[in-house]
This record gives sequence, C-alpha cells and structure tokens, in this order.
Amino acid sequence: MATTEALRAAPTRTRGAWTANPWVRFGARRAGRLLVSLWVLVTAAFLMIHLIPGDPVRGALGRTASAEVVAARRASLGLDDPLWQQYLHYLKGLLTGDFGTSLISQVPTSEIISQRLPATLWLALLGFLLAVLIAVPAGVAAGVLTRRGHGRRTELGFTTTSVVLGTIPDFMLGVALVYVFGVQLDLLPVAGNSSAAAYVLPVACLAIGPAAILARVIRVEMVAVLQADFVRTARAKRLPSARVYLGHALPNALTAALTLSGLLLTGMVAGTVLVENVFAWPGLGSTITSSILNKDYPVVQAIILMYGLGVLVINSIVDVSLALLDPRSMILED
Amino acid sequence: MSELRFEDLTVRYGATTAVDDVSLVVPTGRIVGLVGESGSGKSTMARAAVGLAPVESGRILLDGEPVPLRGHRRPVQMVFQDPFSSLDPRMSIGESVAEPIPRDVRRAARRAEVARLLDLVHIGSARADARPSEMSGGQRQRVALARALAAQPAVVVADEITSALDVSIQGTVLNLVRELQAELGLSILFISHNLAVVRYVASDVAVMHRGRIVEQGPTAQVLATPSHDYTRDLLAAVPGTTRRRSPR
Amino acid sequence: MTGTPSRRRHLSALRTPLGVVTALLAITVLVLAVVAPILWTDSAKAVDTDDILAGPSAEHWAGTDNLGRDIVFRTLVATRLSIELALSATLIAVVVGLVLGVAPQLLGRRAGRLVTASINIAVAFPGLLLALFFAVVFGIGATGAVLAIGLAGAPSFARLVQTMVAGVVSLDYVAAARTAGVGRFRILVRHVLPNVAEPLVVNATIGAGGALLAFAGLSFLGLGVQAPAYDWGRLLFDGVSALYVNPGAALVPGLAVLVTGLSFNLFGESIAKAVGVPTQGTALAPRTVVAPRRSTDHAGPATEAPVGGTDDVVLDVRDLEVAFPGADGPVQVVRGVTFAVRRGEAVGIVGESGSGKSLTALAVSQLVDDLGQVDAERLRFLGEDLLTSDTAARRKMLGTSMAMVFQDPMTSFNPTRRIGGQLAEVSRHHHGLDRKQAMARAVDRLGAVRIPAPERRARQYPHEFSGGMRQRAMIGMGIMGSPSLIIADEPTTALDVTVQQQVLDLLAAIRREDDVALVLISHDVTVVGEVCDRVLVMYAGRIVEDLPAADLATAGRHPYTQALVAAVPSMDTALDEPLAVIPGRPVDPADVPPGCAYAARCPLATERCRVEDPPLAGDERGRVACWHAGEPIEPMQLSTTRTDVP
Repeated sequence: MATTEALRAAPTRTRGAWTANPWVRFGARRAGRLLVSLWVLVTAAFLMIHLIPGDPVRGALGRTASAEVVAARRASLGLDDPLWQQYLHYLKGLLTGDFGTSLISQVPTSEIISQRLPATLWLALLGFLLAVLIAVPAGVAAGVLTRRGHGRRTELGFTTTSVVLGTIPDFMLGVALVYVFGVQLDLLPVAGNSSAAAYVLPVACLAIGPAAILARVIRVEMVAVLQADFVRTARAKRLPSARVYLGHALPNALTAALTLSGLLLTGMVAGTVLVENVFAWPGLGSTITSSILNKDYPVVQAIILMYGLGVLVINSIVDVSLALLDPRSMILED
Repeated sequence: MSELRFEDLTVRYGATTAVDDVSLVVPTGRIVGLVGESGSGKSTMARAAVGLAPVESGRILLDGEPVPLRGHRRPVQMVFQDPFSSLDPRMSIGESVAEPIPRDVRRAARRAEVARLLDLVHIGSARADARPSEMSGGQRQRVALARALAAQPAVVVADEITSALDVSIQGTVLNLVRELQAELGLSILFISHNLAVVRYVASDVAVMHRGRIVEQGPTAQVLATPSHDYTRDLLAAVPGTTRRRSPR
Repeated sequence: MTGTPSRRRHLSALRTPLGVVTALLAITVLVLAVVAPILWTDSAKAVDTDDILAGPSAEHWAGTDNLGRDIVFRTLVATRLSIELALSATLIAVVVGLVLGVAPQLLGRRAGRLVTASINIAVAFPGLLLALFFAVVFGIGATGAVLAIGLAGAPSFARLVQTMVAGVVSLDYVAAARTAGVGRFRILVRHVLPNVAEPLVVNATIGAGGALLAFAGLSFLGLGVQAPAYDWGRLLFDGVSALYVNPGAALVPGLAVLVTGLSFNLFGESIAKAVGVPTQGTALAPRTVVAPRRSTDHAGPATEAPVGGTDDVVLDVRDLEVAFPGADGPVQVVRGVTFAVRRGEAVGIVGESGSGKSLTALAVSQLVDDLGQVDAERLRFLGEDLLTSDTAARRKMLGTSMAMVFQDPMTSFNPTRRIGGQLAEVSRHHHGLDRKQAMARAVDRLGAVRIPAPERRARQYPHEFSGGMRQRAMIGMGIMGSPSLIIADEPTTALDVTVQQQVLDLLAAIRREDDVALVLISHDVTVVGEVCDRVLVMYAGRIVEDLPAADLATAGRHPYTQALVAAVPSMDTALDEPLAVIPGRPVDPADVPPGCAYAARCPLATERCRVEDPPLAGDERGRVACWHAGEPIEPMQLSTTRTDVP
C-alpha cells in the first residue's frame, strides 16, 4: 500500500479529449515500452564485450599475435577509451548504420549482416507461415472433435503427439530429416539454399515443433471457448454449427493463440540458429556460431542486436494485432 | 467498547473517486448497515477501515484515535464476501482462526481460544482440523467470523458476507451476526446491497450512492420515511413491492 | 501436511499410463546417472584402434567413435554429467526466477514495478537467444553453458512465479492475514509460497527436461561441454559429424537426450494435468470442467399431473430427465419434471443451487451441452416435437419464436464482436435479411428495449455497455424475431436492485404487448412472486410444488416451499425472532436418498417419507409432492438457529 502522502502528492490527471482515445493511449504506451526495450537491448549488446573476462582482442587474435598488433587493434576499436565514451561512440555508430568491424576479416559487420540476413528472414517467415497453416486447422478441428464430452481417445492421441512433436528440439529433427531424406533416400538437398527444393527440409524442420505447440494451445482454447456463455448465446440464436464454431468460437480462441504465437515466432527466430547449422544455411545463425567460436565479438554483438530487434518488432506486431482482434485487451491493461 | 468514526474520508483509485468526503459513525455496540449498489463505494469504505484501500484525505478514528494499521494489534477486523477465497485452502480452519491471535499467547491457550471461537460460531471445536474444502459456504463464512473475532476486535466490518450464499444458508450467518452482537456487544459495520437483510440486522442505516452517503439514521425511520430520492428509488426497487403478473 | 486431496491427485497422475511410463523412465535415468559412471567408465574409455568409426556389431552395439570407443558405454556414462548439468541449470533458473518473481511482493511499489518491467522485457527474448548471449559472456564450456541456460530460463520462471503469486495475493485470505497484522514476509512464507509450491515443482520438472534439450542444443553448436569431458550433447555433436559413416553414433546419444527430456517433460505435464496446475505452455488455457459425479438409480415414474390440455399451450413438458455422465455411470440431475406453459403465462421456477432449475430451462430450450443426456416422454414447443432430430426449419422456428436471457450479461455476448452485429445475425440467418436491413432491425430492437442512441450503441462492443444495458440488449436479441416464449435464467441476479427493476419492467412490457409467455428461473422467491402467475418449486431435480404465485408467501403446502420463503428476510420479517434456517445441506444429485429427497431436512418427516417418494399430486390449488402436505409446522421446528451440519 502506498502511503497517504505519496498519493496526495500525485497530481490529479485530467485527460483531454486527445488522450481519452484508448487507441492513442495504447499507441503511446506501446511506443514507450518499445523504446525502453530497445535501449535495454542496445545497452546489453554493448556491455557484452565488456563483460567477457580477459581481453577480447587477445582472445580473438590468439596467443601468437604480437603485443603491438593487439594494442593497435584495441586502439582502433576504441577499447582504451573510458566506458561512457565508448558507449556514446557505440550509440552514434548505430545511428549512422555503423555496427562495428569484424576482428578477424576486417569487414564491416553491416556488410556481413546485409549479406546474411535475407536467407534467415526467408527461413523464419516461411517456417512461421507453414506452422500457422498446419496449426490453425488442426487445432480447431481437434478442439471441435474433443469438445466437452467428446473424443477422449482423440484428445489423448492428439495431445501426446503434439507434446512429443513440440518437445523434440528442431536440430534433432533436422538431423533425423537429413539422415532420412538426404543420406538414406537421397531425395532432397540437405545443405545450402541454392534451389527451391533446398528450402523444404529446413522450413519443415523449423515449423513442425511450433506448429505442434500452437495446435495444442488452439485446441485447449477452442474447448474452453466452446463452453463459454456467449457460445451458448450463439447456439440460442440457432445458428448453424459451422457459424458457431468459426464465427464465434474461433476469433476468441485465436486471441489467446495469438499471444502465444508471438512467443513462438520469436522462438523460431532463435530456432533458425540451430536449423541453419544443421543445413549449412548461409544466414545469420551459421555466422553467429562460427563467430562465437572464433571469438569475433563485434560480429556476435551485431548479430545479437539484429535478433533482438527482430524479437521486438514481432512483439509489437503481435500486440497491435491482438488489440485489433480483441478490443478489450487494450483496455484491460489500463 | 469502541466507536468507529469516518471523518471526511476520500479514497481515489487513479482518476476515479470511490469515496467522496464521507463521514459516518459506528457507535459502540451497534450494528450500522451500509447499503448501496455496486460501485457506490461501500466496499471501499470497508477496505479503508482496515488499511486495504489508499486513503486520500480524511481520518478513520477508533475512540478518537487513528485506527492502527501497522503492527500486530489490529482492533478493526473484516469479514469478506467470497467464502471460497477467504480461507487459505492449505491451512486447517483451526490454523486460520489462530492466525490473528496475539503471538505472545501460549500454545495451549491458543488452542483453547480457537476451540472457544469455533464453538461460538456453531462450527464446533471438534472440527478445528478440517480443511476449508470440506465446508459449505455458510460454514466458511462462520469460520471467517471466528477468525475476525480471534483478533479481539473492537469493531468488525462485514462486507457483503451473505451475498454469495444460497438462500437457505444465509439465515444461519445473519442469525449469528445478531447473536454475536448481542452477546459480545460488538460494534459492526454491516455492508450489503440487500435492504431487507440490512433491515433485519442493523439498528442504523446509511445509504451510499456514487461515493457519497445520501442519507443516514435509525433503520426504521429511514425505511419508513426516506428523505432522499435515491433512498426512495432503492425502496421502490425492493422485489416484492410491485406486481407484474399477467392480467387474468 | 496429512493426506490432503492434492496428495491423492498426485497419486492419480501415476494411474494414467503416460504418468507411469514417464515416471519409470525418469527414475531409471536418475539411477543410471548414479551407477553408470561407477560401472562402465573403463569400458567407455577403452580405445580400440582397430575398430575406428565402426558400425554396429555384436561387440559394439552402436558402433564406435573416431577413437574406437564404444558409443553405448559412453552414452551410459555421460548420463551423470548430462543430468548434473541440466539439474544445475534448472536450479539456477528456479532460484533466480523465484527471487525475481517474489521480489515485487516484498519490495516497495516502485522497486517492485521496476523488477516486473525488467522481467517483462527479458521474457520477450527467446531462451536460446539469451543463452547465446550468456554463453558469449561466460565463455565456452560446461560452466558457461550451465550459467547461460540457467539464466536464460530464469525470466520465464520469474514471470510464472509472479503471476501465481499475484493470483494468491489478490485473494481474500491474504487480505484477511494483512488486516490481522501478519507481516509481508510471514504472509509470503505462510500463505503465498505453500500455495504456489505445487505448480512450481511441476514446472521445474518440465523445465529440467527443457534444460536437458537446451544443453544438447548448445553442445550441438559446439558451445557446450568441451573434450575430453563429454555429455550427451557432446556425443551427439561428434556423432553428427560421422552421420554418413556410423549413424548409430548420433542416434544413441540423440535418443538418450530425447527420451530423458521427454520423460521429464511429460511426467511434469501428467502431474500438472492430474492436479490442475497451469504450466508455461498452457498457462493461458485450462479452465476446470465441472467434476463428474457418481450416480444413483432413478426409480420414480412420471408424475401424472393434469396438464392443461388445450391448444393455447406454448410449452408442454412431460417427464423430462437430464443426466450427466459421472464416474460410476450417469447422474440424474433433473428427475422427471412435468409442466406446461400457456400463451401469455408467466411461470417461475425456484429452488436452491443444484436443484436442477437451470438445467430444466436449458433442456427445454435444447441448449444442454453435449455431455448432458436429455430425455422426455414429451417435449413440445408450439406443437412442434423437439425430441425429433434437428432440421433447419426447426432451427428457424426456435430462433425466432423462443427467446433466451441468461444470467451473466458480462459473459453472454461475444466480446470480440459489436453488439449490433450480434443482434443482426439472428435476422440474417432466420429472416434472410441482408446486412443493411438486418442492422436496421437490430438498431430498431435496441431502441425497443429502451437503449438510448441505439445507432451509436449498435456499433459498440459489449465491454462498452453496462451490465443492465447488456441484459436489455440480450432481451433485444430475443425479440429480433417474434417470440411466443421467453426463457430467462436468473436474468437479474448479477444486476443491482434498481437495474433489476428496469429489466423486469422491460420483460413485463414486452410480454404485455404480444401476449408472450415467460419461464423465469430464479433463486429469489420474492422476484418470482412478483413477476409470475404460477411457481414451480424444485428440489433435488424434482418439482415438489406447483402453486399460484399469490399463494407462495403464505399458502405453500410443501414444507420446503414454506422454509424457502421463511429463510429469506423480506421488508416485513419480524425483527425480534431469529430467521428460519433450513438445516443440513442440499442433496447431492449423485447421492439422492430413497424416499422423499427433502426428508433429512424436513421437520415433518416420518418413516414413510424416508422410504417412499411422494408423487406430485394435483388438485384445484395446484400440485404438491409431500406425504404431509399442508400440515402445520411449529415455528420452533422451522426456525432452529443452532442446528447445523455435523
């Protein structure tokens, strides 16, 4: 409980017509949250290099590099400046599109990213689309089939399958797919992204787990929504079943599923790291792994930043679509 | 024996004013009923009295002193509306009742006190080990009353304690409230949306509307000769006073 | 804590096949983690230079690695390190998560908000990304990976703890403890933590499975355990590079990871399902379903009551039964109800919760959900037999001639659609109107139920309506057609008294205008007495009395009717006497006693009542089912303050 004094000190807010609009308040709040998250992300990325024990430059160049080379590289990176100065420098660099330079190849990281990003984006996007295309119909159908008092066996089978598929890590699935379709059957390419066929395995590998999880949640939501009072109201209107399920139950089941699909989509962004490594996909994921192993920290830093940005963008999109789909979600958090 | 006095109380939640400059007295040994509709601010009054609502201005006095809201001694106790969330499901009802008993009381004495209180509310001391899940709503409300009494309160605030109960059960709780007041001389602030219930238990009544008390006085007088329009509306709305049957 | 219900529910998880299998697997893995390194370390170390990267053979079941070491033994020995790492990471995640999740309760408001906001930001980033970040910071290797995976898992645990703690803290028993002077820390220890412990442990089990799989992931990227140490992830990493030569080298450690991870995961889930605990994956969803009940036989025959056999009968119900499946067969919740409603008549149904009154209404309107079994000798609405199978024509007839009003106006509208559209839908489907015409009718009907500015209101969402307004809109939805019957199930229970009056007035006006019949279900005898012409009193799934509403207050003949009236204080209740109390509890539908169901609570009950169920016998004053109907009850017998359930 806050003290009486604190409350009295708080100025009474009078809301004008402009701020009374829930959409404006919602937008302002969302933008504020985005900015704070962005700042946290950038700062964390900046601090990463400084949190590493020992000298990152020495680490990257190895024991054999001479002291002069290390010192020169440190100076060129500005690592000898005071921390706050480096921080300002880093922020300024970001604003001008300068993400740093690779310690190993001396190539600007922005160049590496612009080369590698499209492959990763395509992979994530196609994976997400496939996941949704599988999960929504499967989840809705399973929900209707296993609604209260129906299909206990179907429910058991569906739940077990989806839990198992949802738990198998995508890289293991990837290895299995490589073995079956690449090694044994020799049907599909298992490395690179040079042909359309090369997309099949990586995209499937990325999509199956999230699709299983999403389908499961949609089913549970569907079953719950089908017991809601307003579904009874819709039935009291004597609408055809299809209209009750698709017109009334589905949009409400989707609001919950959408919240989760945000998490899933960001999870898929991270999942691309592993999948890219399985399929030697020329994207950010394979680059970040090799850079971590090579201790090429500026590249790691820049790629982490990119992933983080992707996550923030996805979350904002999800929040806005949630507000469009269910106007209450905007009010509720007021 | 104690008197609870709200003086010019104002409570705000954000931009909404829940209680607006309200003064009310619960005299020693009396039951004062507080009626009003949902959102009228009556529950906020109750919560403010026990320190669960942020007081913006005004004072809540017990015998002229501010009600203590810190430390172990809490002379104002509250009984809540929902019998299903007012008892910790993991504690036996005996443990729940024992919680407000002052810490310095010895074990045997605590146990004796719990038994006495459970007998007092007609639950029976033999059931001290029962879990809330084994009890009906009415029984839980009586356990909640026993817990409030365990703090040896000067004043008890009862917030809609029968509105979640089935009609056949609410009688036991109402009878108990009247009985406890008569036997222990408690001062009780009895909050309800139901005029008939308030009429039955309270000697005085205050009518709340939109954060303000619009009328107060002896129950019989307020109900017989209401002076405020809103009180008249409320009285007219009591079911059973109009006939809407089909013309036959 | 002694044998609480939750303990029993835990055990019930073990009775499901999934629970048993996963529990056994998890135990096996834990035992292996202890004994495998003791038994097989030497076999796992043995280098066989003649047999490098060999395929499966009798000697090496899954072949050998690039130094000729046996894959199976290495996988077995690696169990300990893999489990140790996973459990350490889980421990870190749980402890950090617990501290962060509980912190907002202990800290002041501002510091608490800061913690909450930080958790919210951190939780938005996927665990793998956080793990990569921390892996860079802490360096490559086992320690770095434990810290990375532990810390990466902490935010979601913190969020889970926070949500659960906030849920418990908002409950009245915590408020009661606060007003009793119990300190913050003591409340946390006594009330909050015990109530979140169970879901936390379940989620930690699931989390351990996740951590194991995450380790495999990090090791697969080469960021986990480094040689010469090896865990399953490391073995998998090595095996994948030899995939083309000896698939067994990847398959065996891969299976070990997968089976163990899954068994922890599924074991946690099956406990969670058994005890009804939300998990991270499904936290949004589960809503409890009404527990199935035990059944008893239903013996009673149809109550042979004279039902007005004229053609102005709107609704004709004979021997209606509703049953729900229970653990030991169907439970009869409505047990043979017979009544009729004439054109323009208002019939009230009263009773305590569980008396079957709402289900009677739902069964009549064909809205009992799929679990319920509705049976009747006759069920006719406007002469149409509702027991035959559903057709589009009948849907249209019901959709336009029978209006429903439900108890909770807050939840009875679809929250994601505008009010106008929800009303218009009726006419779009049943009257074949186009979108514009249907909307115009919806606006007209909203005006008819006295909603001001109906054009504007029609474009609003349900959450923008007040409770009373929503209930009126619900009635408006009912009169989109031209109903002959309105079935209202506790339509004013959730409303304030003054709003209740407005809604009842509105119903009365609509009925007057078109001679519409009404079935009003209510627990409130005064409301029913005020609105209805005739009242059916229900107890334990039966009608026990059917009487004119005017007789309800004074001339009820069934002891239950009299008690129900006397137990409710009215504006004329005598102030100097205790209120009448009905001793005991309502009958559990799964356990209906033989004889009269009310006998155990009845002051007039005799031996006959306990053995023989009285039939609902009709005369000129109505119908009553009691062997002692109309016998006087001593005031002392009726009002007993101290009688209570044992």
